Amino acid sequence: MFLINCPYCGERDQQEFKAGGEAHIERPKQPTELSDDEWAEYLFMRKNIKGVQFERWNHTHGCRKWFNMVRDTSNDEIKAIYKMGEKPPSQ
Amino acid sequence: MNKNLRVKSSEYIDETNRISFKFNDRTYHGFKGDTLASALLANNVHLVGRSFKYHRPRGIMTSGSEEPNAIVQVNPGTNRTEPNVRATEVEIYEGLEASSQNCWPSVEFDIGGINNFLSPFFPAGFYYKTFMWPASFWEKYEFFIRHSAGLGKSPTSSDPDIYDHQNVHCDVLVVGAGISGILTAKNAAKNNFKTLLVDEKNELGGSTIFENNEFNKIDNKTPSEWLKQEIKELKDIKNLEIKTRTSVAAYHQYNYLLARENLTDHLEAKDKTNKIRQRLLKIRAKKVILATGALERPLIFNNNDRPGIMLSSAIKKYSEFYGVACGSKNIFFTNNDSAYESALSLYNKGINVEAIIDIREQSESKIVKKVKEVGIKVYWSHTIVDTAGYKRLNGISIMKLSNDGTSVTGSKISISCDCLGVAGGWTPAVHLYTQSGSKLKFDEEKQIFLPNQNTSEQISVGSCGGDFKIDEIIKNLNQKLKDNLNIKETDLDNIKVEIDQENSKRNIWLLPSDKPLGKTKPFVDYQNDATAKDIKLALREGFRSIEHVKRYTTTGMGTDQGKLGNMHALGIIADTAGVKMGELGTTTFRPPYTPLTFGTIVGRNVGKFFDIFRRTPMNDWHVENKAEFENVGQWKRAWYYPINGETMHQAVQRESKAARESAGILDASTLGKIDIQGSDASEFLNRVYTNAWSKLAIGKCRYGLMLNEDGMVYDDGVTTRLGENHYIMTTTTGGAANVLGKLEDYLQTEWPELDVYLTSVTDHYATASLCGPNSKKILKKIIPDLDLSDESFPHMSFKEANIGHIQCRIMRISFTGEHSYEINVQASYGKDLWEKCMKAGQEFNITPYGTETMHLLRAEKGFIIVGQDTDGTMTPIDLQMDWIVSKKKYDFIGKRSLYRSDTMREDRKQLVGLLTEDPNVVLEEGAQIVSELNQNPVEMLGHVTSSYFSPNLKKSIALAVVRGGKDMMGKKLFVPMENKNINVTVANPVFYDAKNERLNA
Repeated sequence: MFLINCPYCGERDQQEFKAGGEAHIERPKQPTELSDDEWAEYLFMRKNIKGVQFERWNHTHGCRKWFNMVRDTSNDEIKAIYKMGEKPPSQ
Repeated sequence: MNKNLRVKSSEYIDETNRISFKFNDRTYHGFKGDTLASALLANNVHLVGRSFKYHRPRGIMTSGSEEPNAIVQVNPGTNRTEPNVRATEVEIYEGLEASSQNCWPSVEFDIGGINNFLSPFFPAGFYYKTFMWPASFWEKYEFFIRHSAGLGKSPTSSDPDIYDHQNVHCDVLVVGAGISGILTAKNAAKNNFKTLLVDEKNELGGSTIFENNEFNKIDNKTPSEWLKQEIKELKDIKNLEIKTRTSVAAYHQYNYLLARENLTDHLEAKDKTNKIRQRLLKIRAKKVILATGALERPLIFNNNDRPGIMLSSAIKKYSEFYGVACGSKNIFFTNNDSAYESALSLYNKGINVEAIIDIREQSESKIVKKVKEVGIKVYWSHTIVDTAGYKRLNGISIMKLSNDGTSVTGSKISISCDCLGVAGGWTPAVHLYTQSGSKLKFDEEKQIFLPNQNTSEQISVGSCGGDFKIDEIIKNLNQKLKDNLNIKETDLDNIKVEIDQENSKRNIWLLPSDKPLGKTKPFVDYQNDATAKDIKLALREGFRSIEHVKRYTTTGMGTDQGKLGNMHALGIIADTAGVKMGELGTTTFRPPYTPLTFGTIVGRNVGKFFDIFRRTPMNDWHVENKAEFENVGQWKRAWYYPINGETMHQAVQRESKAARESAGILDASTLGKIDIQGSDASEFLNRVYTNAWSKLAIGKCRYGLMLNEDGMVYDDGVTTRLGENHYIMTTTTGGAANVLGKLEDYLQTEWPELDVYLTSVTDHYATASLCGPNSKKILKKIIPDLDLSDESFPHMSFKEANIGHIQCRIMRISFTGEHSYEINVQASYGKDLWEKCMKAGQEFNITPYGTETMHLLRAEKGFIIVGQDTDGTMTPIDLQMDWIVSKKKYDFIGKRSLYRSDTMREDRKQLVGLLTEDPNVVLEEGAQIVSELNQNPVEMLGHVTSSYFSPNLKKSIALAVVRGGKDMMGKKLFVPMENKNINVTVANPVFYDAKNERLNA
């Protein structure tokens, strides 16, 4: 059970949060112009890294804000947390 | 059997408080402070259980939570009964009853004991090998396997006890209150760390509390005397909380630990009632200091499992702590000096020690010399090759060990005895350490796994960190505390320690016998009857990974998780396969450390608190009017309102007719409601719904369909424009929270530039849906001054009005196809609104209807229910709802996916209506649909999603999804059931009033 430092509320127990999958996958601005393969890439393809991964999290039972997390999936170490729209920290 | 084995009184046993208890229906006596194990031993009862596979007689082996054999059923036959409880952990109380497990008819005479003589036929992997063939026999095998599986019996009636959960936060959590834990807790608390000290036992002090080795001194006192003084001082320390009878079950990442605090298990039945039995502590600690100590290992030799064979340290604890002699002719068998401490401890209490068998060539420590001086015979370089006695040990045979330790030589010596203490060295209790994700390293010199890489804020101190001697413990503990807690000075700086140096150890994982291995039974895992033979067999059969060998042989898979024998299993594998133990690694230690009750895990979340539920403001009226309820998400919704003993079918038929013929009323308060405001609200709705919203006039309502980005229908509902920049969206009852979450996700992450604010107002409004040809008249009676003409208040429009002083929002929308109104008021007025409607509707025979009638009425109209007629694989096109998908809008969530090659296939499953040939036959929801009856295997075209008998059409109707169904209008299909095939015809899903004339009736 992680201890997550919500950028709006502070440290809270993991059970207040929901993981939202890989971060920094932007919804295409002009979907109609994409081929089936390009759209499928956006829609379905996600990395599943053993190691440092960029993820979206939501403080569902708190401020309901989405934010990003850099987590090492091999040992669950949370390396960084930053707000939506902010640049990801360089590794 | 009734011999009293109490020796010199112990300060932990209150001999003035005599307690009677029953074991296997026989009454025994013990004293306050005894465990079930110590009390049984005092009554000379060693035989307490039968092993799992061979049903061999087994006795008490240990004095703690690592016990593999003495697991009993506590209070059998009562609603408080608990299986698989370690007798070594049960504190006795007046009236306690316990019984042996895994034996029939009794532990003394167990039919299953035949398995012991058939053991050559039960090798490792017996079940895997035997029950594989023939496949058709599996059903017969399963019956027998199920009967022989499992140990104790679970209770058959509900648990009368109360359980609790508590969140605990501390700076320092110290696990284990032995000498290391106590010194750590004391120094942490004194330095202003908020400290919690927990221990699974009822007394503090660990094993040092009965450590009376005269050659070890702390500040010139025996370790026991010195530690008792330290414990006394704990009382006056601030910042320190101590919890005994508290076992840490799990250690998760980020220093999150779960511990079970036992509050009433040691109390008499009359003192248990109305008290919390066990509490699950959910601990978040800034630092965790593990002081979990070490477990003594047994030695692995032929027939090492007989009742009377115990750990040497346990024998010492029973004599020093509980004042109980485990036998009257004791022998110790050892590879290190600790058995000599036990022997001397017995000798000092006047208990007879016959001999010590030592596999080492010699030892020169002071305690060994002392043992020799008092006249106890020591057999150096000897090993036990066999033991005798079926239900109680009565003798051993020993032989001289060869130099390399792999065989025995010389002649056999037999010695009679009734108790054998085995001492195979100490294994650090690193279970919690590894649960936290931290990594171990094998120490070749000490032959143990030790903490190596910590992944969280933690340290291991004392013997669980590899320090076994008191001088090492104190020195290293002192340094670790200074380094990790930033303490400058500690109590430990000036402690003077004298110890007796142990100078030799000898580790032989599997001791040889004069018989070949195949003819011996050297048990490694006592509870699961896994022997060294089984491990070697697994290796011969090609298993290499320790995890595979574990599962194949079941070594370490009992309720004790192999706390005693796992190291031997590793050692035997390493020796046999010729690899180093460090390379082999260990199996994974998983939580819980000791078993937890289900009660502790669920805490208060039982019965009506199992899951939270929500009730509408009208709930009391539904209850008073005998509604039956159904669960919809967390909501309790009125399902139907039976009158005069009606069945559900009869009630629903009556309600459905009434709603179409005169007037019906439905509690629709559970629908999700989201208030949407902001200057970009219209644009936002354009993006999230499939249809266009920009041109919706203020005061108008529109039905919307929401997709996932994959093009599949996600939710639906009516949204009303309340103002220029203000909408109220309704969602399905079950989807409300998810829809809000999804909309927030897009707003915050994809379209942060939009000026839109979302607020859930589901609980703020109560909604009564008034429907039927007389609904207009009823509303007119309630709000006489409201213009209800079709010109002023047409279908799909909205008005604000007052009923007396109650403000309400009224939408003229319909989910039944009838003329109807949804009246929304502030939640607290919900019941009042409902009663007003009922009163005004009385002359029109207004009929309250529940969710079942609502489902029937909408099915007559072919309206879908998301989640019933859709399942996450249906596009709006599949639902034949092309009309709601805007062709003009450039984009909306899911639009692009509607043009993927897969979603454009013609042969996708599509929503159609089904009519049965016999109008009285109602299809089963979920039934499969086929076009051919004689095909094998038959091709399944789809399934029935909704099915009812329509009282208004007087025939059976159904909605279904059928592959390519759109082009099958009028086609005859079949619904094959268990006993018959039902003939059906594909039809238009709108069965009733296809021209929507009734909306304005």
